[in-house]
Formats: sequence, C-alpha cells, structure tokens
Amino acid sequence: MLTNQDHSFSKSHPCHIIVIILSFVFSGFGASAQAEDTATVATYSSDISPAVDLPPITLLAVDTDNDNGGSITISWDDAGYSELPQFRGYEILRRSIQANAPVLVGTAPHGSSSLVDKSVSDDTTYVYYVAATVGEERFVSDSSSHVQSTWQIYNTTLTPLLIALIIVGGSVIFFIETAKRGRKLFLRKIAGLEAVNEAVGRATEMGRPILFVAGIADIDDVQTIAGLTILGRLGRTIAEYDTKITMPTRTSLVMTAGRETLREAYMAAGRPDAYSDDMVFYVSDEQFGFAAAVDGILVRDKPAACFYLGTFHAESLIMAETGNLIGAIQIAGTAQPAQLPFFVAACDYTLIGEELFAASAYLSEEPRQLGSLKGQDVGKAVAMMLILAGVLIMTLASMWELDTMNQLQQLMRDLFSLN
Amino acid sequence: MGESVIGAWIAAFLTLGILTFLYKDNVIYKISEAIFIGVSAGYWFITLFWDNLYRKFWVVGIEGGQWELWGGIILGVMMLCRLSRKIGWIARWPMSFIIGAVAGLYMMLYFTSNAMVQIRSTISNLTESVNVGDPYYIIGNIVVAAGTFSGLVYFYFSKEHKGVFGATAKVGIWFIMVTFGAAFGYTVMSRMSLLIGRIDFLLSDWLKLIS
Repeated sequence: MLTNQDHSFSKSHPCHIIVIILSFVFSGFGASAQAEDTATVATYSSDISPAVDLPPITLLAVDTDNDNGGSITISWDDAGYSELPQFRGYEILRRSIQANAPVLVGTAPHGSSSLVDKSVSDDTTYVYYVAATVGEERFVSDSSSHVQSTWQIYNTTLTPLLIALIIVGGSVIFFIETAKRGRKLFLRKIAGLEAVNEAVGRATEMGRPILFVAGIADIDDVQTIAGLTILGRLGRTIAEYDTKITMPTRTSLVMTAGRETLREAYMAAGRPDAYSDDMVFYVSDEQFGFAAAVDGILVRDKPAACFYLGTFHAESLIMAETGNLIGAIQIAGTAQPAQLPFFVAACDYTLIGEELFAASAYLSEEPRQLGSLKGQDVGKAVAMMLILAGVLIMTLASMWELDTMNQLQQLMRDLFSLN
Repeated sequence: MGESVIGAWIAAFLTLGILTFLYKDNVIYKISEAIFIGVSAGYWFITLFWDNLYRKFWVVGIEGGQWELWGGIILGVMMLCRLSRKIGWIARWPMSFIIGAVAGLYMMLYFTSNAMVQIRSTISNLTESVNVGDPYYIIGNIVVAAGTFSGLVYFYFSKEHKGVFGATAKVGIWFIMVTFGAAFGYTVMSRMSLLIGRIDFLLSDWLKLIS
C-alpha cells in the first residue's frame, strides 16, 4: 500500500525579506505555474508494491531557492535499488493534498538523485513520492513532507553582482560629486579624440562637409547613445567653425535623436540660426541599402572628414574603404569586436571598445561624464586585482596543499561560482 | 518568359550595377543604388506599418483590448509631435524615456556579461589542463590571464601610460591587435563566400553556364 505520511506543513525555505534599492535582484513575479489538473500524466493507483528486501527510498522535497516560484526540487537517497539488475530508472510522483491519487511528473535515469518539478502552482501544497522501477515492479517511497513553491524577493546568487554594483555605483557618485566641487579629475589622452578638432578644422579649410554616421543600430543600443553623445560635443565645434555636417541614419529614432542633439549643440554654440533639420535625414532600414546610400554620399559630396561612431556590422569596411578612397580623414569608434579590425585598417584613428564610451566624457569635460568614467576605472581596478589575486590563489593552491590557500580558493569559487 | 527569368535578369543587372562602383561612381551604379534604397525604404515602411500600426496597435491594442500596449502608443503619438514647431518639445519625453530605460536595462546585462562573466572565465589555475601537463593548455591559460589583465590596463583611463604601467598597456594593445588580425582574416574569408555566392548566382541562375 502506498502510505501517505502527511506531516504538518513546514516551510524549509522562507522568503528572504530584504529591502533592496536595486530592482535587479528581483527574480520576477509574472510567471505562473501550470495547474496540476491540466498536467497530462499517468495516474497511479495506490496498490503499488512496497519495497520488501530493501529499505524505502528517502526523499526530500523543498521549494527551489532563488527563483520566481513555480518550482520544487526533489532529491532522494536511492537505498540500493539502482544496484538491482533489472533497475530501469526512477519515477517522480506528485500529489496535491486535495487530490487522492498521485500523478507522474517526471522520470530520472540511473545515477540521478534529484529533479526539479517546474509544473507546480504556488498556491497549492503538495507531497512527493519517488518510485524505483525494477523490472515490472515499482518500489515507492514514503511521502515527502508537505511542500509549496514560493518566489524569493532576493536572489542570493546575485550577491557578488550587488556588491560590485555598489562599489562601481558608489565610486561613480563619489567622483561626480568630486568633479562638481570643481576638483580636476585626471584622464589620460586618447589619440583618436585629439584628432577630432583637427578633422573639423580640415573640413572647414577645405570648404567640404563632415559626414557623421552613428552606426546602424537603433536608439536602444548603448553604442548609438555614445556616438550621439560625441556628436553633441562635435556639433558644437562644427557650429563654431560654421562647417556643414551630413548625418544619414538608418532608423527614424536615431534621426530624431540626432536632430535633437545637433539642435542643442548649435544652440550651445550660439548659432541656432545655422541649424537645419536637413542635416540629419533617414535613408533606409535595410542594412546594405543604407551602406549604399552612405557610399553614394561619400563619392558625390566628398566630405573632408568622416566619423563612424556606434554599432557597425558588415557595412563597416564598405563605408570606411570608400572614405579612404576619397582621401577623407576618418575617425571611427565601435565596440563590435568583429568590425574593429576593418576600422583599424581603413581609418586614421579608431576608438577601440570602451574608448568610444570614454570619448564623450573626455571631450565634454562635464562632471557627470568624467565622474562616471573615473568610477568605471575603479571597477576596472577592482577587476584587475581580483583577476590577479584569483589566478595566483588558484594556481598556488594547486601547487601547495595549504589550508589557508584552500580556504582562499574555496572563497574564490563561491564568489564567482567557479568549478 | 517566366517571372523567375525576369527576376534573375533584374537581380543580375543590379548585381553588376553595384559592382561597377569598383571602377568609379557612374550612372548605372546610381540607378542601382536608388532602386535598392527606394525598394528597401518602401519595404520597411510597409513592414513596420503592418507589424506595428496595424497588428500591435489596431488588432491587439484596440480590437484586442490589451491596454498595456497603450503606453507604447502614447509614446509613439508624442514622438509625432515633432512635426509641429509649437509642440515639438513633447517629442523629447519619449526619447528621454527610451534612452533612460535602455541605459538602465543594459546596465545589468553588460555588468553581468562584460564584467562578472569575464572575470570568472579568466580566474583559473594556470597549471590546469584537460590532459595533465599538456603545455598547450597551460600556455592557453597564461595567454587568457595575461591578455585580459594587460587589456584592462590599456583601457584604464585614470593613469598615464608610463613606466611599468605603460609597458603593460603596450602588451595589452599587442594582444588586442593580434586578436584583430585573426578576426580580420576570418571575416575576410566569410566575405569571400558572399562574393562567391553572387558569382555563382550570375553564372548558374542567370547565364546557366554552370549547373
């Protein structure tokens, strides 16, 4: 007979109620678990034979940690059934306390000792059974304790991320406030940026326009935003020099943002009359249609300086090579690793990866941007120290069997979920 | 003459027209370029119109009564205020919302993938290898650790690249450039396959010279 040892309800994993300031640790609340009634599983009667020669399988069913509910983890101790010659596997059965008969929720092969049931409902209490299938017989465990799934407000596995964010975020705020108080923050020179004024000056002297391409991604790409930030500073110089700028865009939102950015720049330079919406225009959402249009602009307008700052894909070399062909001074910047080689090969200066994001801070010298960059540098310094310390600890711990080293190694494993 | 034959001739004309740019800018290239841009702009207009305005806005939002979509609809309408000089300033609100929301959402994504995962992948026992004592694995571990560390030094903006720090940064940029070289070669090969695809089209689908 299948016996149900229905213990009183006890939650082994209560919610961690922690007041947090960042929403990232929320695991999500929207997922709804499947109702058991809808599960298409075989129904088991209660005449399953109990184990005779071996002790029953012991099992533990608990709410899965750090999830958004709808999940229960079942683990079991085999008690020797898997060693029997005709052992076929495990069947995991579940019964809600309102139901009479358990239903099959999953199977597990030889050697396994746990299963995550993701077809549970948060508002239902269950008990579980594990059946070892040996030949045609099933040896069913006693029932587990009552268990109910819940969501956790705080995901403990993301604690290292929270700490890192606090360090970097705190540093950013600290440096922004420092810069606002008028303290000079040092930033090293970035070669590509030194050439920006040179490029604008060259275009002015030659009486030719400047071409600016903010990549081919939409406004929801951080590289596009970085490109537009640089455009803001560049636009001010262009307005002061009274040079013409042409900015074709691939998406309508980038066109709108580009116009806003340039309008602000011209106003800041005291030349709102010189601004025209025609400077920024939409071409086509089609990647190579856009590239063909930019190529046409390059060979017909012959801009003296070209800026490619944002996200680029296969069209990067098409544009940069044509710009090179007409003899324009070219400055590019992207964080797309696959396109950087082409820009490095075809352009005069290339902002590599994060240099693109640093560029706007360097050019603007605004406290908020400078502070952000300095704060990120703190993050990089911490990352460098962690890498150095981590590699040394992991390597030395394998060479010297010292307790301290092993403890430090374990700390690194826990901190970064290393194997 | 079937539709496929006409299609092949148009495609061949446009392919050759675009390729004439290799010689210099010319009227055939300009025609091909104009057709390409015009067709693609029209295609995207129709696609976005039916996907967003009709299916999402009208069918799902209005007829389907999914009022949560109205947030996007209102933002979209606010964007259209740009068309008026008087109320054009309203268009800044949806732009600010989008840029702010994106920056916030990507902060988590980038911090996880670009920082935490990178650090985790770099921290390893340098002497560890799949086959015990295999020097290639050990060299690989050292290259990953040294490359990541020196690369980070290069992208550290708060200190001038001088002395030991500068030398480490120089090692970092060497690592980066070697990586770029490898990526360049790899990407050029994939571009060659695109060119081969177009030549194959001209010779087989258009001229029927090869089968």
